[in-house]
Amino acid sequence: MAEEAPEDGAVRTLPSLRRLSRALPFGRSHGRLGVSSSGRHIVPALCSQEKADPQKTAFLLRKAWTLYSVTPLYRFRRCRLRDYARLLGAFIAAEKQKGLAVEVGVELDIKVALSSLADLRGSELDQDALLVQHFTCLPLFLTHGPESYTSLVGSWFQKTFDCCFRRLAISPLNLSWMVAMWAGCKLDRAASAVELIFSVPCLAQPLDISYAIHPEDAKALWDTVQKTPGEITQEEVDVFMDCLYAHFHRHFKIHLSAAKLVKVSTAIASAHCDGIVKILHSQYLPGVLMLLTELAISQIQ
Amino acid sequence: MQRRRSSRARKQPLHAHHKSQNDLSAWQKGGTIHSEKSLQSHQSANDQKYDSEGESLEQALSYFEKVQDCAALKKKSVPQKHLDAVESTALKHGLPPEGFEILLHVVLSGKFADTVNIRLLKSLIPASVIPEDSVVKAVSWLCVSKCSGNVELLFLKWMITMFDFIDHKEQLHALYGIFFSFLQDERMCPYICHLLYLLTRKEHVKPFRIRRLLELQARMGMQSHLQALLSLYKLFCPEQVTITLPGKMKTYFKNSEGPWKAAITAIRQKNQGPSSLFQTVFLGTAQPQSRKRKWNAQLVIPASSANTNNLEEDREKKCLYLYSTNESFPLEQLHTFPQLLQNIHCLEFPSQMGSVITNPLLLHYMNCVRDESIYLRLYYWMGQMLQEECTWCMVNNPYEEEFKSFLQTVYKAECFLQEGFSACEEFLYKTLPLWDGFCCRSEVLGLLSWIPLSSFSDIKSYLYDPLAQLFFTSSIYFKCSVLESLKELLQNWLNCNAIQVDLESSSLNTTLSGLVNGVAELVRFVGWISTVGLRLENNSTLLLYFTLDFYETVCDMYLKYNLPLLIMLPAGVFYPALLSMDSVNLNQLCYIMYRYRTNLVAAKENELCKKQMLQFKFSDQTYKVYNQYIIAMVGCLWTSSAFQKDIHPQGLRMDDELLSKTAVKELKNSFNIVYHPAMMGYSIQFLQQLCPDDTTFNFRLIKGKKWNWYLEYLYTQGLKGLKVFIESSISRVSQDSWSKAGNVEA
Repeated sequence: MAEEAPEDGAVRTLPSLRRLSRALPFGRSHGRLGVSSSGRHIVPALCSQEKADPQKTAFLLRKAWTLYSVTPLYRFRRCRLRDYARLLGAFIAAEKQKGLAVEVGVELDIKVALSSLADLRGSELDQDALLVQHFTCLPLFLTHGPESYTSLVGSWFQKTFDCCFRRLAISPLNLSWMVAMWAGCKLDRAASAVELIFSVPCLAQPLDISYAIHPEDAKALWDTVQKTPGEITQEEVDVFMDCLYAHFHRHFKIHLSAAKLVKVSTAIASAHCDGIVKILHSQYLPGVLMLLTELAISQIQ
Repeated sequence: MQRRRSSRARKQPLHAHHKSQNDLSAWQKGGTIHSEKSLQSHQSANDQKYDSEGESLEQALSYFEKVQDCAALKKKSVPQKHLDAVESTALKHGLPPEGFEILLHVVLSGKFADTVNIRLLKSLIPASVIPEDSVVKAVSWLCVSKCSGNVELLFLKWMITMFDFIDHKEQLHALYGIFFSFLQDERMCPYICHLLYLLTRKEHVKPFRIRRLLELQARMGMQSHLQALLSLYKLFCPEQVTITLPGKMKTYFKNSEGPWKAAITAIRQKNQGPSSLFQTVFLGTAQPQSRKRKWNAQLVIPASSANTNNLEEDREKKCLYLYSTNESFPLEQLHTFPQLLQNIHCLEFPSQMGSVITNPLLLHYMNCVRDESIYLRLYYWMGQMLQEECTWCMVNNPYEEEFKSFLQTVYKAECFLQEGFSACEEFLYKTLPLWDGFCCRSEVLGLLSWIPLSSFSDIKSYLYDPLAQLFFTSSIYFKCSVLESLKELLQNWLNCNAIQVDLESSSLNTTLSGLVNGVAELVRFVGWISTVGLRLENNSTLLLYFTLDFYETVCDMYLKYNLPLLIMLPAGVFYPALLSMDSVNLNQLCYIMYRYRTNLVAAKENELCKKQMLQFKFSDQTYKVYNQYIIAMVGCLWTSSAFQKDIHPQGLRMDDELLSKTAVKELKNSFNIVYHPAMMGYSIQFLQQLCPDDTTFNFRLIKGKKWNWYLEYLYTQGLKGLKVFIESSISRVSQDSWSKAGNVEA
């Protein structure tokens, strides 16, 4: 499902693509501090979603999306999307012309469309699994467009469904996961370079270091590192990054491990630590969204 | 109509002259209770005055009621006398309920000139209430517009001001459509809006009315009175109309006071004391924010506002619920506790749960409604807020003061609910290892005292370990604050349990053993950190004070909280307190030992009787340690034999040989109640009083009878702990003899 606000689709919410891994209520059942285990396998759905219709989800590609995490929505009803669209439209109109009342449901110069993208559902089970008591968990919110609209739509969601929006930053650790995963993906056409951008801390002048690798070299390296196809461990990611660092050090005598990884770009997608993501390849769209959803879930717990 | 007739029947009709005079004087006396204490003569003079005033008002009302011939009176022949009578009574005492129908009738039927009508209207000040009938009749006169525009406007203002004095409002609500139709009159529109604002209920909000208001808005532009009414409509039916009010607006109705307010306040104060009748117009939807922050800034606690996410389907479903009625009471109108009680069946939580923590009425309501979704909504919101804004977790967070005040708000809400929030608990577990013990100290320690006792077994690694690390490395003041907070934590656990035991005695066994283990773990933890802390701080008096304060709760757990658990204070606390340099701590120790004794004796008795409801045996170790302490204490303070008799392994026992090497004179009795460093001040003062001329301070004088006098002296100095200790734990052969014998009973 995606939420689309003002005309040129400024704001969209994406669904939780996988069910909540554990019950949220009071979050005390297991591992309350959310310590992530060192070995996780995220990849299964990363490759190939045959049934996805590229036409319907094409709007998601090649745009810089700003990421937010959203706590579970209270009293959200899937069957009510049209009502929500009317209310949100009237809300935006009323906010834009402060002080003048707006009747809900009349023709406005602002149009809101809320629609559900069935293609993005991870599996048949997901929809039901999303409901946690009276709540609906749609933990990832992507926006593209002017901040003024984002804030209107976001605050409407916050007020209407009693949820909290937080910017979703991506840690250097997660960026290294992304680059390792995406570097290893098979592509049928000529791919662009794998690029890592580092920022050197504690300098008077900001200094960024860009480290570009030929995609085939990156894939070859990853293939030698990965032990079991379809599964990635923290250890493998560390080895992959250490190899890249060692190579760089050999040539430039710079320890990249001491710098902060701020951005990674691959042919699949690019991600910035501030929480801005651009997805480039439709085939891997669901996989990338799944990964982001997982990050969002860990932020709201 | 039914009600009207009956009210008429109860009251004497005004035509019966002498009877209604009784009525009036009764009303006047009711209004002058305050003068009861005044002198007799004064009062009778007053009465006479009132009587004569009442009479003239009576005549005036009767005159105005009978006036028929308007044509003749329209000019000059208005009897000034009657007008004056009405005015002066109204301003002094207010008018009786019966007067309003007559006078409103006169005013709105246009019998007199405007000057008269306006003067009459201005004096329509109620002494008690205004009958609804009189207002309804007046409105019907308004519809036929016999009076001038100015009078109409003044009448509307009067209605707005007097709205709260009208005794019933059902019929007025029924006239909603009539009032609404007056909106088209441009002069009346602002006043009608205000009146509608006071009258509107949910069932009045209809699509055709919304459209009418929007048309007016389109014609007249942004008008504050229309905005106010429309936002009230939005409040009731957010799915039909919406409006965002500009942030800076403060007053929506400029005309609300009229010429009456001062007079009403004066009369009210005279009759009943200060009144709280004038409530400010609510409209709490647009809350001004101190600083501009991002739209999703977590620290902005949302304003209480009715839930807008109620579409038709929801409402249909809700009709099935037993207690739900069609109308719901908007939170914006909830200001008083009686309102909460009256509307508790049709209240709904605000659209953003976070706002309850600043609203005591909603916290009360929360206490009544045990719906898990309430707690979940709060949990999600608060969790995000605490994480995002925590000043010691987020680098460069410039909002420390705001975060501090947020934590204070949360803590206050917890105290109000007598319950911790689970989001806070998690927050503390996550962030205590990162905390410097300085930032927002009192707030964090406050939240700490509300951590719920749970079966969660890792409390040691999440709470005690990081806390101990901070405790040992921080200042003495921090140590004291931690001990105080842990004392509150212990009390909160014990109190919660006491309530739960009352509520559900069935599941007692499971919760009780959990509680006992949790409490025991906490008490042992405090025993450990306070022992180490006292050593680190050289047995500081201040730290000792806070430590003993904690044990004041511990020693009474069995009797006061019905908990089958008693844990003795550790030797590392007992001996520093026993040998303390100041009497406050020594006295406190005596009190604590007395309470331990009382609790242990009660436990032993219950054990013997076997009728004890909680089968629980205190370990023999507890009794053993208690006895060792008592021997040491009595030996020290009373029998001067501590160095010989103390049998505690960490105690004071010392060989005579070793003692003699110290070359201290009077060594044996150096810790009894005369020579003890904490008591020396008292014994010196006692001696001074006993023999004022002797400056040698011969302490050996305090024996025999004087020993008893000295004890009495100590008791009068406020050493109550010492008193109860000596009276309970030391049996004295005879009150007169000064034989000192320790007797340990437990």
